[in-house]
Amino acid sequence: MPSFVKKPRQAPGINTASLPDIVFILLFFFMVATRMRETDIKVKQVLPQATEMEKLEKKDLLSYIYIGAPEKRYQKELGTAPRLQLNDQLADVEDIAVFVEAEKEKMPDENRAKIIMALKVDKEVNVGIISDVKTELRKANALKLTYITNKRMEEN
Amino acid sequence: MADIAFLLLIFFLVTTEIAIDEGINVVLPPWTNEPPPPIETNNRNTLIVNLNARDQLQVEEELTDVRMLRDLTKQFINNNGVDPHQSDNPQVAVVSFKGDRGTSYDMYIQVYNELRGAYNDLRDEAAKRKFGKEFTELTDTTKINEIKDMYPIRISEAEPSEFGAGTK
Repeated sequence: MPSFVKKPRQAPGINTASLPDIVFILLFFFMVATRMRETDIKVKQVLPQATEMEKLEKKDLLSYIYIGAPEKRYQKELGTAPRLQLNDQLADVEDIAVFVEAEKEKMPDENRAKIIMALKVDKEVNVGIISDVKTELRKANALKLTYITNKRMEEN
Repeated sequence: MADIAFLLLIFFLVTTEIAIDEGINVVLPPWTNEPPPPIETNNRNTLIVNLNARDQLQVEEELTDVRMLRDLTKQFINNNGVDPHQSDNPQVAVVSFKGDRGTSYDMYIQVYNELRGAYNDLRDEAAKRKFGKEFTELTDTTKINEIKDMYPIRISEAEPSEFGAGTK
């Protein structure tokens, strides 16, 4: 006669044999898709909006110059006047020539003449400092530049 | 399980957009110690665009709204000698753009964007007329150069004035 008393049944464990595969795939995915932030940006960066820009696909030719007022947490020591940031350090307009040379030095020979300076400038900065930067770039013979902007959605 | 993982992987691959920066490209003139030649303000082939420290826009000495700038510039470039106050032809038309040290970068970009937009629009129109495609869709370099020669981008930037240098 069958017993009607149910034995407490154990839930079958989840098979975890393929877990490493999944984790690896995710890992590879993120490794490929993530863009490394090489620099910690210390200046405000609210970019203006525009419509006429081109995609900058040749990343190896780009060197970034960030301009803006220092972020809140740095304002105590750095003040609120707009500053330049080259790589990791805040800099002055006079440092650009050295920076351009250093950036060219990092590139293979055939690309050096094609260097593009990418200006990431905060909306609220005045044109004066940008004009100074452009003068320095002309003196340093880095004549290609690009103003990085965000895409503006048309209202109509 | 492996199927699900692959599905996820493909899903992410398709949906993720890796951010590419976009920018307005500019080529600066090489550095010389000589002062630049003065701009002939009365010349019909020069369109004077000024921005002051209060972000007000002046085109040919008249206060103008940024939204009008693109059409004004297009008219000026593409005049081909019709209106005696505007350019003879697109090859000689020069847009002279001058800001002030106190102009905000935002406004400066808005104006520069419209000026570039005027040229891009004209190039697009020409490309459509001739080849039935937009300028950016052309792949043949001879065709691209032909359109570029029709509408060479001639935006000359003067050193900004210093009236608003002290503000902000």
